[in-house]
Amino acid sequence: MSPLLHIAAEELQNPLVPPIPELVIGLLAFVIVFGFLAKKLLPNINKVLEERREAIEGGIEKAEAAQTEAQSVLEQYKAQLAEARHEAARLRQEAQEQGAALIAEMRAEGQRQREEIIAAGHTQVEADRKAASAALRQDIGKLATDLAGKLVGESLEDHARQSRVIDRFLDQLEEKAEAAR
Amino acid sequence: MSADPTQVLAFETDCHIFDGCGFPSPGLHSFLFDPLWGNGDSNVYFNKTMLLALLGSVVVIGFFWAAFRRPQVVPGKLQMVAETGYDFVRRGIVYETMGKRQGEKYVPLIVSLFFFVWMMNLWSIIPLAQFPVTSVFAYPLVLALLVYVVWVSLTFKKHGFVGALKNFTGYDKSLGAALPVVMLIEAFSNLLVRPFTHAVRLFANMFAGHILIVLFTIASWYLLNGIGIAYAGVSFLMVLVMTVFELFIQALQAYVFVLLACTYIQGALAEHH
Repeated sequence: MSPLLHIAAEELQNPLVPPIPELVIGLLAFVIVFGFLAKKLLPNINKVLEERREAIEGGIEKAEAAQTEAQSVLEQYKAQLAEARHEAARLRQEAQEQGAALIAEMRAEGQRQREEIIAAGHTQVEADRKAASAALRQDIGKLATDLAGKLVGESLEDHARQSRVIDRFLDQLEEKAEAAR
Repeated sequence: MSADPTQVLAFETDCHIFDGCGFPSPGLHSFLFDPLWGNGDSNVYFNKTMLLALLGSVVVIGFFWAAFRRPQVVPGKLQMVAETGYDFVRRGIVYETMGKRQGEKYVPLIVSLFFFVWMMNLWSIIPLAQFPVTSVFAYPLVLALLVYVVWVSLTFKKHGFVGALKNFTGYDKSLGAALPVVMLIEAFSNLLVRPFTHAVRLFANMFAGHILIVLFTIASWYLLNGIGIAYAGVSFLMVLVMTVFELFIQALQAYVFVLLACTYIQGALAEHH
């Protein structure tokens, strides 16, 4: 320490003994700052911070609500889709069943018609055969009587006798045919 | 009473090395200013330190006024910066030490204290001012005393007279014979040493920082002669380094000061154990 400074230091007061005016001004300066901040500015910002917090929380709540709604709508859609699929499957099934029933019905109808036609055919054939057989029987009888008349010279015009003779003759023919079989 | 009244700078400017004059080293006189107004002997005066203290208040209020006068839910740049600072002190210091429920009441005090002390420290490196208000003991002392009054009165309010005494003296029956000694030491430590160290910690840091910056600044000028010029460059580099370092120390000391304040208040509010 230079001698000059040494003297100066001795003259100076102890730096740890504060002069009153500086204490007063220091306190005043701080109290001014504290007053402004505590009474006006910090309450201001606290209010806004609170508003912001609420806004953010409100936003989050809104987003959550939207998400819940979206979820429920999605589920609704899924349910509807499943229902529609189910319905479609049911309709398809029904159509298949109906188709099958229709086919079966038509087949049965066809069968029935076929059988009817066949039966009608058979009946017709039978009737024709009977008619032919009756006609044939008459013709043969007439031919035979004519022939027999010619042969025996006897008129066999008496109808009753005539038919009796024919029947007897035919029966004999049939017997013969059976025996030959 | 200290320096030549005509001297504006912190040291003699016409003195260089090899000129036959001694190094005008900084000292206590670097922290004393002649009154700008009034008489230094009469206790009615106004000096540079006081001016800076009041200007500092204006700056702090001005900053927060601009930022928080009409705050917006969606903040502008300035408001965002101020909010960050506010939130740092509120959450990072007050809630951390006292808890949200207990600490909420002291947020304005601690926030004001932090930014006030920081501003007082910042004057150290602001051109033209270049003097930390907190390196004059009166300013840290008055703030420490304020905190002291707060936590001591809180202790009495919270625990009653006897409870407060127990709190101050660290009363604990299990200590047995050592109890009186411990109580004496604790009371001495808590009631006398604590406010003193609280103030001195801030004061001494800012004092030392200012001395370092002034020392290298003077040296840069003093060495500016002959071969000394090379060393002056190094010295000036140190001025820059110390300035940056001080910027850090200023914020750190403001933080430490309010952190201690919070700890003291928290100790006053804590249940006796």
